[in-house]
Amino acid sequence: MTTHRIIIGLEVHVQLLTKTKLFCGCSTQFGLPPNSATCPICCGLPGTLPVMNREAFHLALKAATALNCKIASFTKWDRKNYYYPDLPKNYQISQYDLPFSSEGWLEIELPSGPKKVGIIRAHLEEDAGKMLHDEHAGKSDSLVDLNRTGTPLLEIVSKPAIDTPEEAKAYLEELRLLLREIGVSDCEMQEGSLRCDANINIHVPQADGTFIATPIIEIKNLNSFRGVERALKYEAERQANELRRSLDAGAWVVDSSRAKAFRDYAVIQVLTQRGSEVAKATAGWDERTGRTEIQRRKEEASDYRYFPEPDLVPVKVDAAILDKVRTELGELPAAQKARLQSQYGIPAYDAGILSRQGRAFVAYFEAVVKTCGDAKEACNWTINDLLSTLNERQLDINVCPLSPQGLGELIVEIKSTGLNKQRAREVYTAMLDGLTAKQAIDKLGFKVVGDEAQLLELVRRAIAANPKAVADFKKGKLKAADAIKGFVMRETKGMANTEVVQRLVMEELNRG
Amino acid sequence: MNLTAAELLERQSTGDLSAEAITQSFLARIQQVEPKLRSFLAVDEAGALEQARAIDAKRRRGDAMGILAGVPIAIKDVICVQGQRATAGSKMLEAFVPPYDAHVITRLKEADAILIGKSNCDEFAMGSSTENSAYQTTRNPWDLERTPGGSSGGSAAAVAASEAPLALGTDTGGSIRQPAGLCGIVGLKPSYGRVSRFGLIAYGSSLDQCGPFAHDVRDSALLLEVIAGHDSRDSTSVDRPVPQYAKVVESPVQALVIGVPREFFNQPGAQATGGLDAEVERSVRDALKVYESLGATIKEISLPHSPYSVAVYYLVATAEASSNLARYDGVHFGHRAKEFAGLIDMMKKSRGEGFGAEVKRRIMLGTYALSSGYIDAYYLKALKVRRLIRQDFDRAFAECDVIVGPTSPTAAFKIGEKTGDPLAMYLSDIYTISANLAGICGISIPCGLTKTGLPIGLQILGAPFTEEKLLRIARMYERETDWHKRRPAV
Ligand SMILES: [Zn+2]
Repeated sequence: MTTHRIIIGLEVHVQLLTKTKLFCGCSTQFGLPPNSATCPICCGLPGTLPVMNREAFHLALKAATALNCKIASFTKWDRKNYYYPDLPKNYQISQYDLPFSSEGWLEIELPSGPKKVGIIRAHLEEDAGKMLHDEHAGKSDSLVDLNRTGTPLLEIVSKPAIDTPEEAKAYLEELRLLLREIGVSDCEMQEGSLRCDANINIHVPQADGTFIATPIIEIKNLNSFRGVERALKYEAERQANELRRSLDAGAWVVDSSRAKAFRDYAVIQVLTQRGSEVAKATAGWDERTGRTEIQRRKEEASDYRYFPEPDLVPVKVDAAILDKVRTELGELPAAQKARLQSQYGIPAYDAGILSRQGRAFVAYFEAVVKTCGDAKEACNWTINDLLSTLNERQLDINVCPLSPQGLGELIVEIKSTGLNKQRAREVYTAMLDGLTAKQAIDKLGFKVVGDEAQLLELVRRAIAANPKAVADFKKGKLKAADAIKGFVMRETKGMANTEVVQRLVMEELNRG
Repeated sequence: MNLTAAELLERQSTGDLSAEAITQSFLARIQQVEPKLRSFLAVDEAGALEQARAIDAKRRRGDAMGILAGVPIAIKDVICVQGQRATAGSKMLEAFVPPYDAHVITRLKEADAILIGKSNCDEFAMGSSTENSAYQTTRNPWDLERTPGGSSGGSAAAVAASEAPLALGTDTGGSIRQPAGLCGIVGLKPSYGRVSRFGLIAYGSSLDQCGPFAHDVRDSALLLEVIAGHDSRDSTSVDRPVPQYAKVVESPVQALVIGVPREFFNQPGAQATGGLDAEVERSVRDALKVYESLGATIKEISLPHSPYSVAVYYLVATAEASSNLARYDGVHFGHRAKEFAGLIDMMKKSRGEGFGAEVKRRIMLGTYALSSGYIDAYYLKALKVRRLIRQDFDRAFAECDVIVGPTSPTAAFKIGEKTGDPLAMYLSDIYTISANLAGICGISIPCGLTKTGLPIGLQILGAPFTEEKLLRIARMYERETDWHKRRPAV
């Protein structure tokens, strides 16, 4: 029996990197004392009016363009009305039926290859404040911090086109990379500058080829990418179990006549005993227990009474603005990856790793290639050694202790002397303390033995001392030559020129 | 002191009067008539005198004087003045002291005007008689049994009774023009976007405009000149140059064509919507004759969608109001109920106690109009008709300079006469409302008195941003008549 299909859509809110809020001049800095970054406008005092922050709109345009969205030439603001104490006006200024961008996609890298995840829309809105519940000392006061109120948010809604929890994580990672690279958001989940809600349900195959769809669950309170992946995994299983149980118990029923087309197959939504579709629900993710907790079934959709915001004028976007945005965007990760592959002849996988580290890292790699002329080696050293050094020491590429020229020289040195990998790594480590490749080699006392006569002498001794290896080699076990090479290396304390040794061993073995 | 602002400016420049003496005199007048009229919610005696003395000192030093130097002005209580209570006529905002000046107040202060007090109005500017104020009922200076109109009734009554030579009001559906008409003074609603709304406590944001009350057209021009112009804090305020209205107001418009909408008048066998009073109609027709005698061409036009304007207005304005007034829930500001059980109850009780009946009625109406399942039939349909109303005016202004008609169907009505019948009250704005929906400008000037001695208003409507022409045309009539010189005996 085939397993169920998972249908995931993500709603991501990112905070834009503006100095000031979306509709007033207050600071957006994180971590200020409660209510210190507020003014009459973001507190919604009577008589105040919002004025759009052009920088926020510009950043939003950059993001939407990078996400391959269609940009509307005319967009307007709407009010989303609901009562909540963290929303001083009791309405949020958002975008409803004419968002500034729609119909885009983001390409993500999967083990099976690249995939374009569709984006339904990206729109701008203002953030709400934060409720602080103080329940100590017998009190149960609720306090409100309005510092975040009015902070510009970009809401990016994906199509329900994400097929696995792993894909969801990859999507988020790619999105974060992109938005950081173009300077739109710092995407720090811990600080709330990236927030994610995930919609998930499963389609369970039936014998007749149709699928039964579980009700959609919106998971909130996801605070890490790993959390998103874990929550989705858990929730998919939970839904599968719930469906089985509910069908067995007769609580949910299936009416085959109500099948609807989805992608290339037919889907039937489960019904209650009364014949209405089982309502969507919201769930919270508990990182500690590793479980999703269903919070409420949305019996009826909330009525936000959207209507056009009369205090703001519509925004027009012309071709000149879009040209400027495109110029500013520069090379985006997906295009960069393709260029690295074709320009340097490195594998897609490696190009992907390079690209994911950001523009500064790619620039470093390219500078190494420029010095050493060997893209393959430059790539190996940067994505293996350099990257682990940066990770271990928690360093940014911009403050890397080893310059790309230094690493390039090391590669040149290795190639010219035939220094083996193990020794080369020791040189590399010494270079991290500020030495040049030559200085490091001198300091370590590495003197590569490249003298052919001396090495030939050692090779002959090795052959004499390893008759079994020689016999094996003659029988066709080419690997047996390693024992001969190992002998030479031991004798030279690893300082023999590996290329020369390799050649001499082969010549000698094939001769006799 | 029955002088106009222009006269007060003149007397000060000749040294006949000081700002302090002027202010003293108006304060004395307020003290004398306020017990009968109740135009003001707050009179800032000390502050006004202090401003006056500072202005006199400035004049003595020979400094450049602002264009309203030493002229007292009453401010409708929906307009924020820093450090002074702004109640909007509501119990909800009984304790609200704005920490900022409205843009129009900044402009008045720069012009050296003297802010003499906050005038009464219908709660959150919702009403046509000022009876919806949570604090007091303002009386019409021409007949104390009658209302001054609304919602800016306090401002209109204050000017009519010479408690102040000038006042500011706001007009969302006629709230300047209608009380000006009923009080026998001049009231002007500027085009939408002409005056910044920053600091106006919002009612219907796409309709609200702040404008002047004065005894005559020249004073109105002067005050408009001070408050008009772009403000970066209001994105709907339009960045267009402000003409020197007061300078050009005396030059008549040549080859004037006046449009008279047939829908605003009684036709044989069919009364005008809203029931136009015969005396009012006669005065308006007489005014048209005055224009004719000045060489104007009178042209009958049609505003076919105007009968729908009241219905459209009570969907659009209330929808916006339901959202604008959502913030008054006792959480961040506004009245908070003393006893409650939990958050929701606190919000409910605070709103229940803080808002009056008419405000609640409009919030409910607007909430309903925006609700899912009804929004298409009500709010969105209203927006479509609003566009048609605008197009009516576009077409009309292609063939005439201005549109002239009555400001209100009747002269001032009695206090309590319409409070039990909201629809009848709404219909008193039948001729003024469409200007707000279309965003055009309009003025009401005195054009007669009824047999019982109540003022009648003539409304002149102009295309967007043609205030200059509107004022010049209004002044043409005013020069030929003396209705604007009549003062009630309070
Ligand atoms: Zn602010």
